[in-house]
Amino acid sequence: MRVSALGCTAVTALLLLAATACGGREENGAAATATGACQGQQTTGITATGIKLGGIYPLSGPASAYGDIPKGIKAYFDYVNAEKNGIGGRKVEFVVRDDGYQPPKAVEEARRLVEQEQVFALFQTLGTPSTTATWDYTNQRKVPQVFVATGASVWGSDKAHPWTIGWQPNYISEARVYAQYLKEERPDAKVAVLYQNDDFGDDLLGGFKKAIEGSGIQVVAEQSYEVSDPSVDPQMRNLAQSDADVLLNVTTPKFGSQALAADARNTGWNPLHIVNNVAASITVLQPVGFENVQGVVSSTYYKDPNDPKWASDPEMTLYKAKMGQYAPDADPSIPYHAFGWAVASSFHKAMEAAKCPTREGLRDSMRNLQNVQVDMLLPGVTMNTGADDGFPIESMQLMEFKGERWELFGDVIDTRQEFGPVGE
Amino acid sequence: MSGSTEVTSKAASAETPGRGRAPGRAATVRWRWIVAALLLAAACYAPFQLVPFHVFQLSMVLVYAVALLGLNLLVGHAGQISLGHGAFFAVGAYTAAILLQRVELPYPLTLPVAAAVAFVLGLALGLPAMRLRGLYLALVTLAIAIFLVPLLKRFEPLTGGSMGLTLAKPAPPAWTGLAEDQWLYFLALAVAVAAFLLAHSLLRSRVGRALHAIRDNEAAAEVMGVRLSFYKTLAFAWSAMFAGAAGCVYTWVIGFVSPDSFVVTLSITLLAGLVVGGLGSFSGPILGGLFVMFVPGIAQDVNDAAPGVIFGLLIIAVMYVAPTGLAGLAGRVTRSIQKILRKE
Repeated sequence: MRVSALGCTAVTALLLLAATACGGREENGAAATATGACQGQQTTGITATGIKLGGIYPLSGPASAYGDIPKGIKAYFDYVNAEKNGIGGRKVEFVVRDDGYQPPKAVEEARRLVEQEQVFALFQTLGTPSTTATWDYTNQRKVPQVFVATGASVWGSDKAHPWTIGWQPNYISEARVYAQYLKEERPDAKVAVLYQNDDFGDDLLGGFKKAIEGSGIQVVAEQSYEVSDPSVDPQMRNLAQSDADVLLNVTTPKFGSQALAADARNTGWNPLHIVNNVAASITVLQPVGFENVQGVVSSTYYKDPNDPKWASDPEMTLYKAKMGQYAPDADPSIPYHAFGWAVASSFHKAMEAAKCPTREGLRDSMRNLQNVQVDMLLPGVTMNTGADDGFPIESMQLMEFKGERWELFGDVIDTRQEFGPVGE
Repeated sequence: MSGSTEVTSKAASAETPGRGRAPGRAATVRWRWIVAALLLAAACYAPFQLVPFHVFQLSMVLVYAVALLGLNLLVGHAGQISLGHGAFFAVGAYTAAILLQRVELPYPLTLPVAAAVAFVLGLALGLPAMRLRGLYLALVTLAIAIFLVPLLKRFEPLTGGSMGLTLAKPAPPAWTGLAEDQWLYFLALAVAVAAFLLAHSLLRSRVGRALHAIRDNEAAAEVMGVRLSFYKTLAFAWSAMFAGAAGCVYTWVIGFVSPDSFVVTLSITLLAGLVVGGLGSFSGPILGGLFVMFVPGIAQDVNDAAPGVIFGLLIIAVMYVAPTGLAGLAGRVTRSIQKILRKE
């Protein structure tokens, strides 16, 4: 009885398989393509009046603070749609999906956006793991994955994924900015490094070591920590014994504050404290006490909404007004919103510059940016890419903490000019 | 008047199963096989009708179903709690990934190895299960899930560190004429069917009866000659093996592993999925897999500001409506329909 039932199951399954497998899947209509000068190029998700973009962000889970970025982007696109007639007459529809910072979820959402929502491009995936998990897929499908929100250097140095490109300065470029600063200010500095033991820390530390090669600067001590560690105090104690005169603090926010606090407590060791951009937000410094972080150095590339220097800046005034209008629940002083605004207007520029309104057109445009000025970026920071340069932003400006805020100093450092292209 | 009729109907219904057990049971068994055959036929037919994205989603449902099948063996049938099943899943996934990447083993061979590694690990971790009960055991398994993530980040030459490993997906053989997503789906389906048959025969054997006895009453089971420690450890190992096999198929389907794919929430989501699907039932893992796969997405469609809250509320709602899980819900509904029919 049981055997025959089993047999029935098997036979039915096999028959069905045979019946259906012979044909394979019917091609569900050729993908939409352009005609005329851009003939044969993909036009999925873009029409004469609209363009559909998809973004994947951690709206939930441990990294949900980054969930503020799409709010800034949405506000920008809403403003452009309502007041500027969209990008070149095309109204932007921006679909945001949540991956909870989990790579398998990011893969699912990428497929949902590309296959079901039929988006024109993925405009930002956030985080190195989620982007690594999805970029094989997007490149296989030839879908642009524009301005991913992660600073890993691999997005620019990799040659096999032409459809994926980063945006913010990569960690190697950032390391070069600090190296350049030390070369000028402290040519024989002894540097102690605290770094996070992952690709982010490796990129920054590796970039720094390479940038100081041949100079009088040397790394005399390095200590790593894991994201799961409760505290970096032991590492800081070890570093204090190195007698270094510069401390390079390569950390994410929570550990950044701990290291700053540990440095403030130790009155016997007073190195020049350089904290990387990731951990340089005011919210990191506040718990340490502003009086304890005076003179700390970091670097940045876009305008800080809290900096009174930009109070009368036309772009900043516009940003604050439009955020109030199109995203009334969001606090415009949160830098993530300004980041979203800046990256959205970068996309606007790249899309406008595209010769063809197609996926191929966007790919070629984002890989051929010539001194593109984005008003939310610092004056002097422009976007440049080319055939052998996959890094849009490679310039940063140093800043020093004074009083209750960061103060920019020196000129914008163009690391491409100083060090040449970021190699493998 | 009405009271006496109720009594007689109750007596009748109580009598029926006793008298007509053999034919009645055979009928349900036959029905079950027919339903299973129909489901399988539908499962074989689906990938030819759906877009690749949905085929991919169904493949993931099958992956979760296999993992939940293992968890069901442990939680539903043996009555032990595991909050660390995501770890076994991760071990299977990483074993397959490392074999594919570093050893360059052909992908079908990674399945038995991944299952075996997870089995051995489950056997080793089953040892505390012999001594610990309830919450204490749950805490030990939770610790496993927590410590695995930093561990995977440590051995960078082997595991790729926090960047993880990117792998080529198994390519469909030319003779099948299938697309990649369809081929992956059929691989997942084959593993799922094999896993279900294995679990089915396991539960019908001595082992299954011993596990049920342990779940229902440990002391009584021991008196009847069931070696508690042996069967508890074995339950752990079997269930880890299923999770490991699921992890291996996961690696095939996603083509990428990283420590962030296997955080503690995965273990908890799996357990929640199983409880929602239906503990100790046979369709529970499938329903649980559907739940784990689709409900977070639905939750986000409802409100994309706080998908986690909606997901949690949905779990609570399901548990109120169907305390025995979705699998039990079907049974409850049919029973009440039968009752109504019988009354008429």
